[in-house]
Amino acid sequence: MSRTFLGTPAFPEAARAALADPQLRRNLAHATGTIRGKRAAVVAELEETGEWEQLRLAGAAIKDQTLHHLDEHLVRLEESLVAAGAVVHWARDAEEACAVVASIAHRHGLDEVVKIKSMATAEIGLNEALAAEGIAAWETDLAELIVQLGDDLPSHILVPAIHRNRAEIREIFLREMAGAGRPAPDDLTDEPARLAEAARLHLREKFLRAGMAVSGANFAVAETGTLVVVESEGNGRMCLTLPEVLVSVVGIEKVVPTWADLDAFLQLLPRSSTGERMNPYTSTWTGVTPGDGPQEVHVVLLDNGRTRALADEVGRQALRCIRCSACLNVCPVYERTGGHAYGSVYPGPIGAILTPLMRGVGTDEQVDSLPYASSLCGACYEVCPVLIDIPSVLVDQRAQVVDARRGHVSHVGESAAMKGAAWAFGSASRLAGAERLAGLAGKFLGRRRVDPGGRGVVSRLLGPGGAWSEARDLPAPPRESFRAWWRRTNGADT
Amino acid sequence: MNDARTAILERVRGALAGTERAAAPVPRDYRTNPARRPVRQDLLDLFVERVEDYRARVHRCSPEEVADTLATVLRHRRAVVPEGFAWPVPHPVPGAGLTAAELDRIPAVVTTATLGVATTGTLVLTHGEGQGPRAFSLVPDVHVCVLPADRVVLGVPEAVAALDPHRPQTWISGPSATSDIELDRVEGVHGPRELHVLVVT
Repeated sequence: MSRTFLGTPAFPEAARAALADPQLRRNLAHATGTIRGKRAAVVAELEETGEWEQLRLAGAAIKDQTLHHLDEHLVRLEESLVAAGAVVHWARDAEEACAVVASIAHRHGLDEVVKIKSMATAEIGLNEALAAEGIAAWETDLAELIVQLGDDLPSHILVPAIHRNRAEIREIFLREMAGAGRPAPDDLTDEPARLAEAARLHLREKFLRAGMAVSGANFAVAETGTLVVVESEGNGRMCLTLPEVLVSVVGIEKVVPTWADLDAFLQLLPRSSTGERMNPYTSTWTGVTPGDGPQEVHVVLLDNGRTRALADEVGRQALRCIRCSACLNVCPVYERTGGHAYGSVYPGPIGAILTPLMRGVGTDEQVDSLPYASSLCGACYEVCPVLIDIPSVLVDQRAQVVDARRGHVSHVGESAAMKGAAWAFGSASRLAGAERLAGLAGKFLGRRRVDPGGRGVVSRLLGPGGAWSEARDLPAPPRESFRAWWRRTNGADT
Repeated sequence: MNDARTAILERVRGALAGTERAAAPVPRDYRTNPARRPVRQDLLDLFVERVEDYRARVHRCSPEEVADTLATVLRHRRAVVPEGFAWPVPHPVPGAGLTAAELDRIPAVVTTATLGVATTGTLVLTHGEGQGPRAFSLVPDVHVCVLPADRVVLGVPEAVAALDPHRPQTWISGPSATSDIELDRVEGVHGPRELHVLVVT
């Protein structure tokens, strides 16, 4: 079953399809509007005291410091984990990480695992890889369960089923739960409390019999080897506590140097993410605790493109990201297109920089389209709890896309035009000649009209510029250039 | 796997080659900001207000009233009692050795907590004496937590500073909840759907 993002068209085309779905737009506008309001209220409490800005500065500084010494912190993390009784694995890419998880399940003779929602395991396509090995991976987060049962794709970092409304969720539960275990009750309504109850009953039997759980981690403390999972429902606690074996797949950028550093992030994350002062449950564990929880604990440290992002001096700040999804909720583009159009588990503004940074630009048209999926309005930067300057990274990524595709056939026209412009601007006499030509051409250019500001514009160019001007107005070239006017009137004489 | 370790560390070093590694100090003003201390309210009132915000039920009582309050809150329900829990419980089920499946058949659990965090309305359990292993406060549907008032600290920085990272911890802010359906908060998914906090003054 399970669909993947493979084959998603480039953003403009995918966005057009999403925009044509009125139900999707209604669901998104409602959900993002709700969460924006909640976030604003709890952030305002800390803005009043001045704490919020102080926390953001600290969060950004801790992450930057960690990234600048990432090798040392990773080695330290490994030592601390091993000392606490955990087994540490390293994985260069998705394939290696999935193989580690599958081999642990095989070693215990298991054909199913329970899962906590985790961006890292979604990124590496773990569920599909495990299915290929004959291992069923049950998602236990409510939104992930909705996505999994509906054979759908996630569309938001925090709420992967944000594009579904309650009536659609009821349909999915009634139709699909029986095939995966305990069926939904026949009299299920679309009340959120009843839907949550159905998920509770459906998953309880899976929690109680599970031999192994797979999680991610929000933070990994180098100094102590402590992992942290932040959640709401308690499915995370079930997975982290009940099975005998626990495997956590952790991106290498999740490391923080010290336990004390968590006091900034545990304030920044819940307020930015769900708009709460604190999320219902936060679990921390340090290796194995005798007599409490899993007695076999594995940690897979995952690269999968993170070191590529780290090498990008402008873009490396994206690795500060704590996956709160505040930037999605305020983004005017995301609010209208939803997450699927970004073709990645990381949608929205952060996804538009993270995906090209981790995969590299210049080889895949879909990836190359992402830095353009923004109006550069800057709302994302304003809410980011770790001060990632997403607009600047987007602009830099656009430049990298252009550089990587120089000479690419669809850009030949544009680069020829740019070369011509450079030649004309290179000398005063050539520029004067070009202006004369433009003035002449202006008389014959396509449709002229006056824009609302009173400026003459050409709304449609003829010839090869036609496609370019489809969505742009061009200022109409003046009949007489400044130089010509000066020569004619001698400037001050008028 | 050792190859992967070497390769990743080499990639990290390669990515940072040419980067000034000198670390700017982390500004920690958020810990010392004088505006953090509530002026209008005392710490305990703030804690109670914030816990109630999550629709958890708070009962203030004196040490002598704990037993009666427990009986009132639990009614006739059987409750798991962890080792070292100091107050009498009307229908106790000793916690030692209970499996998850057994816990699932018991309606309630009583525990203490190591800390309370006022600004966020959070209880922190570290799963020692009086609290039991992590599954205790998770599987039964009703969690009753007894917290001596002097264990309430101001905020997250004070809590993190006081806690031992080598102990497993569970930070609890209200009953289990989800916002996954249209981002509407609904209390009660997998963790306890009913949370009572007895603040002992």
